[in-house]
Amino acid sequence: MRLLGLLMVSAMAAFAAGEVILIQNADIYPMTGAPLKGGSLLIQDGKIVDIGAKLTAPKGATVLEGKGLRVYPGWIDSGTELGLEEIGSIRETNDTGEIGDFVPQLKALSAVNPDSEHFGVVRVNGITTAIALPGGGGRGGGGSQIIAGQAALLHTDGWTWEEMEINRSAAMVLNFPSAAGRGGRGGMPDFPGMGPDAGGADARRAVLDQIAKLNAFFDDARKYKTAKAANLPDFHKDLKFEAMLPVIDGKMPLAVNASRAAAIHDAIAWSEKQNVKIVFLQPREVAKAGPELKAKNIPVILGRVLALPENEDAEYDEGYTQPLAAYKAGVKFALGTFTNEFVRDLPYQAATAVAYGLPHDEAMKALTINPAQIWGAGDLIGSLEKGKLADLMIVDGDPMDVRTLIRHLFIKGKEITLSNKQIRLYERYMSRQ
Amino acid sequence: MKKLIWGALLALAPLCADTIVIQNATVMTEGPKGIFKGSVVVRDGKIVDLGEKVMVPAGATVIEAGGQYLIPGIIDCHSHIAGSGNINEGSVSVSSMVNIKDIINPDDIAIYRALAGGVTTANILHGSANSIGGQTLPLKMRWGKSAQELIFAGATPGIKFALGENPKRAGNPQGGRGGITGVPTARYPATRMGVEDVIREAFNDAKAYKAEWDAYDAKVAKGEHPIPPRTDLKLQALKEVLENKRYVHVHCYRADEILMMIRAADDNGFKVRTFQHVLEGYKVAKEIAEHGAGASTFSDWWAFKIEAIDAIPFNAALMTKKGVVVSLNSDDAELMRHLNTEAGKAMKYGGMNETEALAMVTINPAKQLGIDKTVGSIEVGKDADLVLYDGFPMSDFAKVQKVWIDGAQYFDRDKEVAAQAAKDAEKQQLLDKEKAAQRQQSTRRPNQ
Repeated sequence: MRLLGLLMVSAMAAFAAGEVILIQNADIYPMTGAPLKGGSLLIQDGKIVDIGAKLTAPKGATVLEGKGLRVYPGWIDSGTELGLEEIGSIRETNDTGEIGDFVPQLKALSAVNPDSEHFGVVRVNGITTAIALPGGGGRGGGGSQIIAGQAALLHTDGWTWEEMEINRSAAMVLNFPSAAGRGGRGGMPDFPGMGPDAGGADARRAVLDQIAKLNAFFDDARKYKTAKAANLPDFHKDLKFEAMLPVIDGKMPLAVNASRAAAIHDAIAWSEKQNVKIVFLQPREVAKAGPELKAKNIPVILGRVLALPENEDAEYDEGYTQPLAAYKAGVKFALGTFTNEFVRDLPYQAATAVAYGLPHDEAMKALTINPAQIWGAGDLIGSLEKGKLADLMIVDGDPMDVRTLIRHLFIKGKEITLSNKQIRLYERYMSRQ
Repeated sequence: MKKLIWGALLALAPLCADTIVIQNATVMTEGPKGIFKGSVVVRDGKIVDLGEKVMVPAGATVIEAGGQYLIPGIIDCHSHIAGSGNINEGSVSVSSMVNIKDIINPDDIAIYRALAGGVTTANILHGSANSIGGQTLPLKMRWGKSAQELIFAGATPGIKFALGENPKRAGNPQGGRGGITGVPTARYPATRMGVEDVIREAFNDAKAYKAEWDAYDAKVAKGEHPIPPRTDLKLQALKEVLENKRYVHVHCYRADEILMMIRAADDNGFKVRTFQHVLEGYKVAKEIAEHGAGASTFSDWWAFKIEAIDAIPFNAALMTKKGVVVSLNSDDAELMRHLNTEAGKAMKYGGMNETEALAMVTINPAKQLGIDKTVGSIEVGKDADLVLYDGFPMSDFAKVQKVWIDGAQYFDRDKEVAAQAAKDAEKQQLLDKEKAAQRQQSTRRPNQ
């Protein structure tokens, strides 16, 4: 009942977008600087317009008393299928994996269903932003892509996917060919005829074949760029290669699924040859790959902290200590949950990493400012700073502690009603006599 | 001389270890003593004393908890670890003759990992391919012991039933996702209607079987020498259900099938001991409470299949408020390692207090499995199954430091961490040896 009472209060207090809101007497944790105890934060036109020790409310501003409460930027989940997958086991509700080896022209954003119940479910736990990944190995039909399409950086609230968009082309998803399997749950091999069971020589051949195809595709994209620049009369626009231009120009990063250290090393060498920017998704052998990742300044999106060790003889806490390993290696990292039903547990995954040695501040950054920067939105989201979007939560304790409740949530300065289908079902069935 | 002293010390060690005092702990007993700061005394595997001040027996091993949290060993009411190979006997829709007891694998690493997550007891069940599945039993996570030694002595055995998508999937001519073999052989039932029928038909047979045996037993009791009926291993397990000697644990999701199961049980004169998963249990909490069944659910899993679409994280709290004994289970070797924080979610979703929440992974599953006389809380006379956490045990910021089962320490985080370098080195040695052997082999047989 505790949560419900609060929810109803906040629902009644819900502010309209565009309104001027002053949060006062709250402890403000900006992520990019020292906390400001008992401070104020002013929201106007969807943005944070001021933060200070004691701001006076502009005329007509709604004042939100924050005594005893804390303000944090909203969480960012760097790997989800939000809006693309409703029910895991039902193909018809799944739009993640398209057919084809090279489908860079596909955009996750326009397949995002804004009315997906998942958005309401994750929002109330403070997830204000997410990366929606195409080709997540789902049951959308495909799942064997090499280039799977464009990942979208989006807000978890909006009437349409256009309103939710932060960046429809945040990254190009590449499943880097590897005999040891790509990233993901257990890093299982996703390419036919590959993996440990396929036999070493065959597997190696299959990988080399895939890499040759990948290189040929990049070569073709570059030829296309040259042809386009030449502006020849018989030039035909090609949507696949058109989509590759920002990648080969180094403007759009490749989000690379690679699990083992060897695959990570191969992918880095490949990216240098191709002169493209990369971010790794769900690398498993972070400790081993750490020095190289650090040296090349390549960020990583770690998968679930609450994950079983890959091998029987691995340390029981292998998953729990992975963020610590990345931190120790000096690698910039963010967290992703990579399965819709775990998105709302993102802060708890991070808390587990803290239990196993990761400094608290680093865990917070991995859910806020780090992903914002990794996904090229460091000037928009991820911290509480003047000029940034007002994506923030007002909470009554440590936001990674399961006992902490969110009192208010804002996305782009709009207060979000803290309700969803599950809360409505709870209310309905609590009232059953 | 030195060796002799060592020998003497080693010989003495087990004697001293028989009595342990864990002191300066925040003890969350889940029993009448509530939560207190103090000590717990363990002797011969049992809890013999607890309180703010206790007598420290002479020769006892004293463990300084330094304010850390001590809770009863976690009990997982639904797990599939420690089995050898497939645990789904999907070829028939009534497989009550098969028994988990026959396939216990004490070397499953999941046992150790569960232990490292504070689990000391787990109810091991078959898969959910059959309307009536196999026989189940709880195990203690006594890592390093034999299969026989893992068995929870004296616990009432169980049987798994399954409703909904999983048992009917085998009946789908297309096989369906997760079909047993992918071979499109249809097997009755293919609908929820059929699932109900399979259960009712089975008990129709079981009651007739029981009547035959009851008549025989009555004659024997009168001193007659009748010919005994033929033993039917499949119906024998169901006869035990009718005699309340075997607990029924029912895998289910939707409210309709839960209600169907309650009525089928009522009509056939047996009780459902627990509904498992029971994601829509909140919709029929009243009926579950009236039947007297427990509910063992997930904290917040949902949407992984259509019958999980109405799952709500408030399920555990709501059913508790409506009078159902609720536990939180894992059904998964990974989730099993942090049931403590699953309990924490019951505080967030539905406002359970810390005692109510922790009960969902300790005393409540003990009650559901009928083992609450010996485990599930920290009370004098109970088994010393204890877990020490370095912080509030239902927060993700806490981790397991030590685990005891029957007073014997089975997990120690410090030792685990300290041993890691040596283990890594040993592994590397073995890998090098293997590589060297391979090189030798390839030089011997270059054309192989």
